[in-house]
Amino acid sequence: MDTPIIPVAGGMEAGLDRTPATAGRGTYLETLHSWVVTVDHKRLGMLYIGLALLFLLVGGFEVLLIRIQLFVPHNTFVSAGTFNRMFTMHGTTMVFLVGMPILFGFGNYLVPLMIGARDMAFPRLNAFSFWISAFGGLLLYYSFIGGVGLFGTGSAPDVAWFAYAPLTERAFSPGHSVDYWAVAIFASGIGSIGTSINIIATAFSMRCKGMTLMRMPLLPWLYVTTSFLVLLAVGPLTAAQAMLLIDRYLGGHFFDTQAGGSAILWAHFFWIFGHPEVYVLVLPPFGFANEIIPVFSRKAIFGYPAMMAASVGIGFVSLTVWAHHMFTIGMTSFGNLFFTLSTMVVSIPTGIKTFNWLATIWGGKVRFETPMLFSIAFLFQWVIAGLTGIMLSVSPWNWQLHNSYFVVAHFHYVLVGAILFMIFAAFYYWYPKMTGRMLNERLGKWHFWLMVIGFHMTFDVMHFPGLLGMPRQIFTYEPDRGWTTLNQIVSVGALFQAIATLVFVYNLIDSYFHGDTAGPDPWDAWTLEWSTPSPPPVYNFAVDPEVASRRPLWDLKHPEDPDGPYE
Amino acid sequence: MSTIPMQHVDNDAAWSLPSRGVVAMACLITGESAIFSIFVVAYLYYIGRDVTGPTPQQVLEVPIFGTVCLLSSSFFIWLAERAIEHSKMKAFTLWWSVTVLLGIIFLTDTGVEWHKLIFHDHLTISTNLFGTTFYSLVGLHATHVVVGLLMMLIVLAFSLTRRVHPEHAERVKVLAMYWHFVDGVWVVVFTVVYLVGR
Amino acid sequence: MHPSKFWDKDKKEGQVKSPFSVRQLVAAPGMWVSTCVGAAANPSTSTFSSLSTPAREVYGLSLFVLAITGMIFFSVSCLLVYALVHFRARPDDETEPPQVFGSVNIELAWTIIPILTLVVLFLGTARVLFSIQDARKPASALDVTVVGHQFWWEFRYPQYNVVTANELHLPLSSAEAQQPTFMKLTSADVMHSFWVPQLAGKTDLLPNRVNEMWIDPLKPGLYLGQCAQFCGIEHAKMLLRIYVDEPEQFKNWIAEQQQKQPEIKDQQAADEGQPNPKIDERQSPLPPNSPATRINTANESAVVPQGTNAHDGQLVFEHQACINCHTVAGTIADGRFGPDLTHLMSRSTLAAGVVSNTPDQLNAWISAPDKIKPGSLMPNMHLTDRQNAQITAYLLTLK
Repeated sequence: MDTPIIPVAGGMEAGLDRTPATAGRGTYLETLHSWVVTVDHKRLGMLYIGLALLFLLVGGFEVLLIRIQLFVPHNTFVSAGTFNRMFTMHGTTMVFLVGMPILFGFGNYLVPLMIGARDMAFPRLNAFSFWISAFGGLLLYYSFIGGVGLFGTGSAPDVAWFAYAPLTERAFSPGHSVDYWAVAIFASGIGSIGTSINIIATAFSMRCKGMTLMRMPLLPWLYVTTSFLVLLAVGPLTAAQAMLLIDRYLGGHFFDTQAGGSAILWAHFFWIFGHPEVYVLVLPPFGFANEIIPVFSRKAIFGYPAMMAASVGIGFVSLTVWAHHMFTIGMTSFGNLFFTLSTMVVSIPTGIKTFNWLATIWGGKVRFETPMLFSIAFLFQWVIAGLTGIMLSVSPWNWQLHNSYFVVAHFHYVLVGAILFMIFAAFYYWYPKMTGRMLNERLGKWHFWLMVIGFHMTFDVMHFPGLLGMPRQIFTYEPDRGWTTLNQIVSVGALFQAIATLVFVYNLIDSYFHGDTAGPDPWDAWTLEWSTPSPPPVYNFAVDPEVASRRPLWDLKHPEDPDGPYE
Repeated sequence: MSTIPMQHVDNDAAWSLPSRGVVAMACLITGESAIFSIFVVAYLYYIGRDVTGPTPQQVLEVPIFGTVCLLSSSFFIWLAERAIEHSKMKAFTLWWSVTVLLGIIFLTDTGVEWHKLIFHDHLTISTNLFGTTFYSLVGLHATHVVVGLLMMLIVLAFSLTRRVHPEHAERVKVLAMYWHFVDGVWVVVFTVVYLVGR
Repeated sequence: MHPSKFWDKDKKEGQVKSPFSVRQLVAAPGMWVSTCVGAAANPSTSTFSSLSTPAREVYGLSLFVLAITGMIFFSVSCLLVYALVHFRARPDDETEPPQVFGSVNIELAWTIIPILTLVVLFLGTARVLFSIQDARKPASALDVTVVGHQFWWEFRYPQYNVVTANELHLPLSSAEAQQPTFMKLTSADVMHSFWVPQLAGKTDLLPNRVNEMWIDPLKPGLYLGQCAQFCGIEHAKMLLRIYVDEPEQFKNWIAEQQQKQPEIKDQQAADEGQPNPKIDERQSPLPPNSPATRINTANESAVVPQGTNAHDGQLVFEHQACINCHTVAGTIADGRFGPDLTHLMSRSTLAAGVVSNTPDQLNAWISAPDKIKPGSLMPNMHLTDRQNAQITAYLLTLK
């Protein structure tokens, strides 16, 4: 798309970055130092994203080991102990060290720009939040070195990512694996709370003139909802981990069933965190979709008020569904019924969002560059993920499906098929803004198709071992169950996805040096971040913006048809 | 290109946004409430489920004095907020000191209570479910009191050296919000531990 | 509570259209006699092959849900594909399409229709939920208590004073003679989960808590399952075998399990590998699926050399730490930490389904459990080969 010429008040020079070209880029040490001490939301955003990409590769490596071990029954590629550490670390890494950081990274980068602010509300808190999250990640992985070292995989956590009690009590987990899990995640949780406070304060207190809350783009709205969820959800996890550490080290009895403690209490506390957590992971990608799909359909988002209300509604309802992870734990029939109902209810606002996206595309002029390709795959896959979620909400059926590979397939459909695909879309869409270069479109398409093929090969097929009785978190399985071929197809699909991810990483690195120059607005978009240079100067906007509608750049590009009168 | 002012916004009427400090403290309070709620739920769930050891009825005495001190400190900090809003810095220092003093009295009272429980009644965090949940919940609250007092002592030090001025009213308000929160939590903890649980 | 209707109506067998098991299980009884140990006619763990009322109810509900979700997927996908194809940007078209910001009517429609769909789904779910979870227990029901351990299953029949491990025998529940099994589940250590897909959904086993479930197996045969809640290092090796017997066979199995074992005083009798004299006194035949009907290979096993003395074996068993963990009813061994061994040889597998119960495997297991199931809580006692052979010889008498 051609970059339209945007008239600048005060002449073309008014907004240009005036750092002289001869200013010198500094030594490597100075550059490194500037990154370490930065409080600039854009740099912190990119640090979060970089951290997450690193852990994505590590978590991906862990799952390759899992899939090799499960390729044939009674395989001895890794021992039972190692396998248990692999799936625990894979899950923990992907949720806490990939999902949260990458989404907070994009949020950090985009929210101030989209609301016309110069930085987040609390830049130093921002930096602290990043570094404590990074520390948590480092501590978690340090666990591999303890105990019997690397190939015995040391003291790495091996109690599953949800670490059910009383397996995690000292009596049943005498080493330090549980401690690494609890303390590392505790630390990264503090970072999450810090960033959430920052995002909410920024969105409420730093909007540019004219940007009422109803004119704020949907992405910041989604991030505000996400942040509220984090505030309400991470606390319970922090509390539960504190209780676990009190049990393990101060002789407490929170989950000590010999003293009257309760295993079911841990499950409740964990899932009071765990369910909103997955909405924390999925709401920002919804935000990305709310920005990308309209731009590539060339139409405003359909039903902004409904979209905003639905997003906030999803946030609220997600706080009431947690025990659908516990249908088999022995709740009363009324308990099971309540959580069935609340889980079904959450599909209403979710469905509204999906239909609104459909209606945005409908009547538009759809362009199929890579961001849109990933968004389209997201739409299809999100519908399927939501429907298998409905299946799981039917509690009697859940009694068969719970803790089987059907559940694993469902949540990977959400985490990979919806969230990761939309994150990839966000990369292709905003990388030009962040670096000033376009990602290579041909490599993008290779990445996309390899990912689609691999994803469906793995996760479509994975539903079937679950339906055929295969539980999750087992290091091997019996040959007479009929699961072998299915597991092999699943494993091959994982390989495709690995290759796709490597293509993507190559694209990221190569395009930084050789990509086409991106102007300020390569996609002909409408929100404020596209009115800055690419990459934006450290102060974002030379002049504080003022807006009069939800799509300020549309108003500028189409002065004969501004949004103002309509919304 | 950098950005440009758009069509002139007709809402020249004050474009006012909430104070970021107040919003942030409200968020922190939300998050902390979630943490406290879980400890309260655990406390309530485990009432009466001890297998051994002293029960609340046997050993707990209602800390009336400490509670009165802590809750009244909310009133005095409110007086301090009003004082700084009206630029009465001496009054501010006075009410602020009273608040800090009351907070310290509360902590001392808690300390005396715990001393009795540990050394006379032999109730520790590892004794039984009551011990675990009691020390965790009351201890978590006491920790928040300590943090609040430390912040307030810093402000007190600034105030005594005349470095606090009326333009700091908003920052004082943010800290006062935290202190009100701590008092509010004590109402809940007090009710659950000393009224419901006994 | 919603009273169950299942115990009153006539049951029709073979109504479930399942591709997997009907044909195979009809042939099952004949197969029992010939194969006896372990793998009978292709038992399945498919959730679609439901042979008990709870599993059937769930299966029916699942088809209903699949139909609704399938319709939703189909219609949304069609619309999406159509939109992407029909509204694609034509090359060289730089104009913008008309900007449509919303429509209250359309948005109401796609809020209300999903709500109605969900109401239907919810009501269907509620019906099945109550009929399974709140079913009334009939007087003829069998009580079984299941206690989960790391990494094996303890089964108790309180009505009959029988305790066994890892392999559960249940009576058939037919339309003429309804005898469902009502189970109480708990755990001795961490969380486990009892899952036999053909019979019912899973129920978790928690320490310090008793959960309940029921099944009414509608066809005799072997049913497979395994622990479905991660419980530690050997979670994957905590397998389940459920043998559903005809009522007569079940009664005989119970009677056999109620027998106690003697302190072997007669060394002669033990040398000749005589079975327990109390068993000989019974007139009725043993259940055809009991491995005790197979040829006693004790004397022919290379592992247990000729002349190895079961009496000596019992002495070793009772003087090493074995009795601290294991019970052999009728003897001084009354440990409760490990599986009850009173009728060990009536089981077709060892170590919760990990290896089959042959003399070789039994000897290998007691010699070095950490090689077969590393992480199992049975320690390697580092006895000599001779001691292990003696213990094996003794255990082989526990029919």
